[in-house]
Amino acid sequence: MAEYIQYPEKIYTPHLWIREKFLMGMSLSAYIKKQFTPFNVVAGLILLVGLPFIALRFSQGLAAVTNANSDYPWGFILSFGLFAGVPLAAGGYVLASTVYLFGLKQYHPLLRPAILTGFLGYFFAVVYLLIDLGRPWRLPYPMFIYYGPASVLFLVAWHVALYLSVQFLEFCPAIFEWLGTERFRRWAMRITIGATIFGVILSTLHQSALGALFLLAPGKLHPLWYSPLIPVFFFISSIFAGLSVVIAESTLSSRFFKDKADYHYLASLDNLTLGLGKAASVVLFTYFGLEVIGVAHGNHWALLGTPFGYWFLIEILMFVLLPCFLFAFGTQKKKVGLVRFTAFLTITGIIFNRLTVVLIALNWNLPHHEIPYWKEFVIVLTIITIHLLTFRWIVNRMPVLREHPDYKGM
Amino acid sequence: MDLKRRDFLKIIGLSTGSGLLGWVGTANAYVTKPDPHDSAAMLVDTTRCVGCRTCEMVCAEVNNLPEPALLGDESIFEQKRTTETYAHTVVNRYPNPTGEPVYVKTQCRHCNEPACASACLVKAMEKTPEGPVVYHEERCMGCRYCMVACPFYIPKFEWSKAVPAVRKCIFCFERQKEGLEPACAENCPAEALKFGKRKELLEIARTRIYQNPDQYIHHIYGEHEVGGTGWLYLSNIPFEQLGFRMDLGTRPYPEFTKGFLTAVPLVLLIWPALLGGVYAFTNQREQMNNTEKAVSPIKKEV
Ligand code: SF4
Ligand code: SF4
Repeated sequence: MAEYIQYPEKIYTPHLWIREKFLMGMSLSAYIKKQFTPFNVVAGLILLVGLPFIALRFSQGLAAVTNANSDYPWGFILSFGLFAGVPLAAGGYVLASTVYLFGLKQYHPLLRPAILTGFLGYFFAVVYLLIDLGRPWRLPYPMFIYYGPASVLFLVAWHVALYLSVQFLEFCPAIFEWLGTERFRRWAMRITIGATIFGVILSTLHQSALGALFLLAPGKLHPLWYSPLIPVFFFISSIFAGLSVVIAESTLSSRFFKDKADYHYLASLDNLTLGLGKAASVVLFTYFGLEVIGVAHGNHWALLGTPFGYWFLIEILMFVLLPCFLFAFGTQKKKVGLVRFTAFLTITGIIFNRLTVVLIALNWNLPHHEIPYWKEFVIVLTIITIHLLTFRWIVNRMPVLREHPDYKGM
Repeated sequence: MDLKRRDFLKIIGLSTGSGLLGWVGTANAYVTKPDPHDSAAMLVDTTRCVGCRTCEMVCAEVNNLPEPALLGDESIFEQKRTTETYAHTVVNRYPNPTGEPVYVKTQCRHCNEPACASACLVKAMEKTPEGPVVYHEERCMGCRYCMVACPFYIPKFEWSKAVPAVRKCIFCFERQKEGLEPACAENCPAEALKFGKRKELLEIARTRIYQNPDQYIHHIYGEHEVGGTGWLYLSNIPFEQLGFRMDLGTRPYPEFTKGFLTAVPLVLLIWPALLGGVYAFTNQREQMNNTEKAVSPIKKEV
C-alpha cells in the first residue's frame, strides 16, 4: 500500500512541504506525468466543452445555453443542482447525528467522508445556483442588504449559507491534521457537538423549506405532488437520500481510493453498510406511509388512473417501496452487494422525484412542456466533473478515509 | 469527545436565540397590507373593449418598450399572446358563441396580497400602500421565484441578457404619484378601462350588472380571487371561456406558506432541546459504560 505522506517530526523545507502536501510526495514533473490517466483525459475533454458554455451563459444570458422560459422559470440546471443536489448532500448531518448525538460510535469511520461529501454537495449546489441566478453577484443581498423574511426562499438562502459554514467547520479537523497544525485542530474539535446540533436544525429547516417553496404554487403543481405535507416529504426523503449517498460514496471510495483508506475503514465497511441500509429501509417505509396519507388527505385516488398518476405510481412503487424492501431484504440476508445496489437505486429515485416536482409536475396543466436543451446537460456534467475532481484532490491528500496516525481514536 | 455542559448550553442558547430573533417577529409581517378598499384599482369591462390595442401602444410608449407588432392588423388575434419582457400588456380575442367576439386585456393584476411579493427574498417585488405592485430592479437577484409563484403567469424574465431583470406592469406607479391615470386607462377610446379606488370600482361594477342583468355574467373576476386583485373584470360570457382560471380560490397566496413560516421558530425552539436531550442521554449512558469497564476490565466489549 502506497503511503505518500509521512507524518513523524520532520524538518520541512518549503520545497519538501509543497511536495508532500500538494504533489502527493512526488516531484513536480513526476506528478504532472501521473496526471495522464484515462479518467483525467475524459474529465479534461468534458471541461473543454463545458466551461465555454458556462462562459457563454454569463456573456449572452441564460437563453444561450438553456431552454428555460417564462412558463418554466426553473430549468434543469437548478432542479438537478439545487433541488436534487441538496437532499443528496444530507449525508453529513445524518451521519454526524448518528455518531455524536445517538452515540453510535462504530459509524465513526464513515463520518469524515460523509461530511466531506455533504460539504462539497452544498458547495456545488451553490455553484449551480450561481450559474442559474440572473445576477449571481447579488447572492449576499438577502444576507446583508435587502431582507425579505416573509419568503421561504429567504430562509433557504440563509440556512444553506449557514450550513455550508457549519460543514466547513466540521471538516476543519481534517484540514488541520493535513497541515499539521495541532492547536487549531483541537480548537476545531471542541465545537463538534454544537456544530452537529446546529447542523441538524439548519438541515431540518432548509431541506423542508425547499419543499415549502412549492406551497406558493397551488394552482400550478399537480395535486398528486402538491400537498400541505410537502415540506415533510422533502425533509424525510433527505434522510434516506443522505444515507444512500453515504453507502454509494463508500462503495466507490473503497474501490477507487483503496490506497488512501486505512484497514479500519475497509474492514468495518460491510457491517456499517448493512446498518445504514436497515436505517434507510425504515425511513423509506415512513416516507411511503406519508405519501399515502398525502394522497388520502387530498382524496386524489382517482388521479392515480391518469398519466400523471402512472408517473406518480412509478415514483412511489419503483423508487420508494421497492428500495424499501430491497434494503430490508439485503440487510436481513446480509447481502452487502444488494444494499449497495439499492443505495444507487434510491439516489436515482430522489433525482427522479425532485426533477418531477420542478420540471414535470409544475405547470402540468400548460399545453406545452419544456424539454431541457442539450447544453444544459453538458453544463451539469461539467460541474459534476469538477465536483469529482475536487473530491479526489481532497481525499488524496487529507485524512478522510483513514485516521491520521497522530490522532487515532479521537 | 468531551464538551462541558456549560459550553453546550451556550451553543444551544446561541443557536436558538439568533434564530428566534430572526424569524419570530417577521413570519407574519409578510407584506405591507394596504387597505384594499382605498387602493388604486382598475375596472376592465370586456363588453366595451373593441380590441383597438391603443392600451398596448401607449403602454409601450410610457415604458420605453418597442412598438407592438402588427398594430391595426386583425391577424395578430389569430394566436393567443402572453405578456412579455417587451410588452407589459396584451389584448387577446376570444370567440363568443352568441355574438361579437370578446377582447381581453391582460397585465399584472396588482393583487391585494401578491404571491410575487411574498416569494421575493429581497423585497424586489413590493406591494405599495397605494396599491400598485412595483419592482425594484436594483434589488433583484434574478432567482425567478416570483414567476413560479404568480398565479397569473405575469412576471417575465430577460433570458437573453447578460444582466437580466424581471419585467411586468407596475400600474404606472410614477404617473399615479403625479396624479395622472395609468396611460392605458387615460387613452382607452372605448371607456373599457376605468381607473379609481377599489371600493368605488366595485360599486360601479355591481351597478352595471344590476342595471343590465342580461348583458353581464354576475361575477366580478378579481373581487375575491386569490384574496382580491386590484384589477377587476366584467364579462358577458363565462370567464372560463376567456381563459380565466376558475380554480384559484379566494385564499390570499401568502397564507399558503404562512403555516410553514410560523412553524420555523418552533423547530428552532424544540429541536435544540430535543437533540440536546438525546445527546445528554447517550453521553451519560456511555459514561456509565466506561465506569463499568473501568471497574471490571476483563468484561468483554459489546
Ligand atoms: S398578478 Fe402576479 S405579478 Fe401581479 S401582483 Fe399578482 S402575483 Fe404579483
Ligand atoms: S426574480 Fe427578482 S423579483 Fe423575482 S423573486 Fe427573485 S429576486 Fe425577487
